[in-house]
Amino acid sequence: MVSGANGKAAVLEVSHLDTTFATPEGEVKAVSDVSFTAGGGEAIGIVGESGSGKSQVFMSIMGLLASNGRARGSVKFHGREILGLSANQLNDIRGARMSMIFQDPMTSLNPYLTVSRQLTEVLVTHKGMSEAQARKAAIAMLDRVQIPEAKQRFDMYPHEFSGGMRQRVMIAMALLCQPELLIADEPTTALDVTVQAQILELISELRQQFNMALILITHDMGVIAGLCDRVMVMYGGRVVEAAPVRDLFKNPQHPYTAGLLRSMPRLDETSHDRLTTIAGQPPNLQRLPSGCAFRDRCDRRFEPCATELPPLRPITPERSKACHLPAL
Amino acid sequence: MLHYFLKRLAGAIPTLFIIITVSFFLIHAAPGGPFDTERHMTKEIEANLKRAYHLDESVPQQFLRYLVGLAHGDFGPSFQSKDYTVAELIEGGFPTSLMLGSLAMLLALVAGLSAGIIAAFRQNTGVDYSVMGMSMIGIAVPNFVMAPILTLVFGLWLSVVPVGGWEWANVILPVIALALPQVAAIARLTRGSMLEVLRSNYVRTARAKGLPSRITVMRHAIRAAIIPVVSYLGPAVANIITGSVVIEKIFSIPGIGRYFVQGALNRDYTLVMGVTIFYGVIIILCNLASDLLYGLLDPKVRYD
Amino acid sequence: MVDVRLQDLPRAAIEEVAGRSLWADARHRFLRNKAAVSSVIILALITVACFAGPHLGLRPQDDVNYDMMPAAPPDFAAGYFFGSDSNGRDLFVRTLYGGQVSLTVAVVATFVSLVIGVIWGALSGFIGGRIDGAMMRIVDILYSIPFIFFVIMLTVVFGRYIVLIYFAIGSVSWLDMARIVRGQTLSLKRKEFIEAAHASGVSTWNIVLRHIIPNCLGPVVVYVTLTIPNVILTESFLSFLGMGVQEPQSSWGTLVSEGATVMESAPWMLLPGIVLAVTLLCLNFVGDGMRDALDPKDR
Repeated sequence: MVSGANGKAAVLEVSHLDTTFATPEGEVKAVSDVSFTAGGGEAIGIVGESGSGKSQVFMSIMGLLASNGRARGSVKFHGREILGLSANQLNDIRGARMSMIFQDPMTSLNPYLTVSRQLTEVLVTHKGMSEAQARKAAIAMLDRVQIPEAKQRFDMYPHEFSGGMRQRVMIAMALLCQPELLIADEPTTALDVTVQAQILELISELRQQFNMALILITHDMGVIAGLCDRVMVMYGGRVVEAAPVRDLFKNPQHPYTAGLLRSMPRLDETSHDRLTTIAGQPPNLQRLPSGCAFRDRCDRRFEPCATELPPLRPITPERSKACHLPAL
Repeated sequence: MLHYFLKRLAGAIPTLFIIITVSFFLIHAAPGGPFDTERHMTKEIEANLKRAYHLDESVPQQFLRYLVGLAHGDFGPSFQSKDYTVAELIEGGFPTSLMLGSLAMLLALVAGLSAGIIAAFRQNTGVDYSVMGMSMIGIAVPNFVMAPILTLVFGLWLSVVPVGGWEWANVILPVIALALPQVAAIARLTRGSMLEVLRSNYVRTARAKGLPSRITVMRHAIRAAIIPVVSYLGPAVANIITGSVVIEKIFSIPGIGRYFVQGALNRDYTLVMGVTIFYGVIIILCNLASDLLYGLLDPKVRYD
Repeated sequence: MVDVRLQDLPRAAIEEVAGRSLWADARHRFLRNKAAVSSVIILALITVACFAGPHLGLRPQDDVNYDMMPAAPPDFAAGYFFGSDSNGRDLFVRTLYGGQVSLTVAVVATFVSLVIGVIWGALSGFIGGRIDGAMMRIVDILYSIPFIFFVIMLTVVFGRYIVLIYFAIGSVSWLDMARIVRGQTLSLKRKEFIEAAHASGVSTWNIVLRHIIPNCLGPVVVYVTLTIPNVILTESFLSFLGMGVQEPQSSWGTLVSEGATVMESAPWMLLPGIVLAVTLLCLNFVGDGMRDALDPKDR
């Protein structure tokens, strides 16, 4: 039986996932050959810029791809193949055993329905509860995500909640059925800085209480540090490095990861004139360069980088990287 | 909600007042009087007539008199149809026009919404293109061109529907001809709105929650998509009322529209004014109803 | 050191704001739209035919041919392409002349509507505040009034003089234009070159006239192409009812009206109606094409 890095039984196994979109201007390869495993209760961080494919991996897994998107490969949930299942078949898992929350709580909640309706429908659908039972359970969950005066606010509309509270509602909605896996796609990006920390802490607490696996997608390395056990770095639709969080931060083995870490402003540094950035632009997914997609921006590139695509290879049992360099 | 409704009501009153005022002063700005086209009259008869119709009073006085009359449902006498008051003429034609217009509106909603929703779910397929193509034709081609063609094709050549007269079966062609432009407009509007909603983040969330597609479509998607259509109801009613004028003429239907046209051609001022005001009131009421409906569907506007 | 005035800046610097690449991009998108391009060609043909056709040696429109009375079907050999009407007149020629009337009214009335709408919208948006609120309130109120009835009343009261028709129809269609221009103005207002002009003492009227209005061109062009079919529709609606242009002139609407009464025995008399429908269809395709070219949305 396959197990995750923490030794527990695998909740999610992804093998060689490819996702392409057919556009009038040609085919776009958003995800190339992504493989990973998430064990029960494990917290994995997925880091990358916009266009790195980090969100599309999970849209593919959840069956939420746009109509011109195609996903190939294998995705197993508790050993059962779910890639390619119909929407009806996926609906048994989605929202009940595997949940996803999104970046923008403003638009992710239906403005024309009450919060109560959007919460109870999950319980009525998946747990067969009656309206009354569902209401009780939902209010209890709202309390748990620390929404003040949950009972009074329950029948209000989304626009009557603040951004941070809306995201709490989304989290409550995702956890109502106590899923084994929560996928959080940039849950704090659209929120105020002060609220961000609260939401992340909430997610961390709930994860421990429910003993859930968590996948946290973000472009912000700082968010990963406090919350995740393992990190996967993505670039140009591929995984370029994977490691336990401490190892990644202390000793990154891919130039892109190193660049990301360098560009994070730190409190313990003396002030510089400018922030460090990674020169250049993310690659055009319709016309990926030959060889390594990062080569044009890499300051350590050498001959094989332009011609051979570096495969994701393990360097230790727990770490892997996709780079021709022997070591950083 | 009450507050919202009262605000809307308050907005409707100046509109009504403007319609009445502009109509009245427009009519009374006419060069010459309403009796110019009549047989030659002596000065005395003209003076008597003027007094009988209160035309000897000052214009503001006549206006007040008219307003008072309106409050009692009196639109004044018809200047051309000596035996009838305008109110009687309107009353006579209203049931017919109401039936024609309501059936057309109903058809427009049912056909337009269905076509738009189906086209959105079958985007970029043959079904979508035909719906879009037909709605383009429905919007561009005037109903007074469409009506004779429909009559020719379905009434005379194919003999599918009876032509002329005013019994049950005769309703079909006029109602279709009247509804067609609105079917087209509503279909287009619904399709666009539906496409946008299907792409929205909240429909994505509904799918991510594992809700059965029936619930996602009905409770989340369609409910949101019809809101712009509700806003269109006001203009749709106005368009149907305008359209009914030509449809009633073409099919010789004894409704208000036909009286209006005759009144306009005969320079029957009070009739023309009365019908305009009457139709104006109906449009205002329908706008209010659509505003109310909109408020019921979209919680954001209620708390303004 | 003298402050630089807006009119001292080279033209290019100001045009930069409007974005020259926008036009090239839009033109490219428009040309890819087959329906729109073929519509432009058809419209051009119809316009040329209507205005130049009668001069090419066709018979005059009031030429009554007793052999072709009452209405006779199309006879290509004899040159009666659309047949004749109930008075023996060549229907094809009458359609061409009808087109002249319809198209002329369309252009003039659209121009009237353009002027009213643009000035109303630009002033309202630029002045802002309560005056803007009041002006837009008036637009809202006018939206809910069945304008056509007022236009009809105007013609009933004042007679069916062509100039009145131009203005009456123009006054029906300016509301959308005003809204669009006001929206544009509101976003332009905040741009720096407007502040610069303001600061250098250019009057409100001049700012609106020389800077706001030229920069609204894009959406205005789109709405003009969408207004024209509405205007033609209004005019032919009136003419159909017998309240439009006066005899002896006749527009397409008048011809359709004549055709509708005798369509049982003379179905070819609806041909002017087909021409009207085709023209309107093409105008709608062009209008949609321009709107998509300047503001592409996934349809």
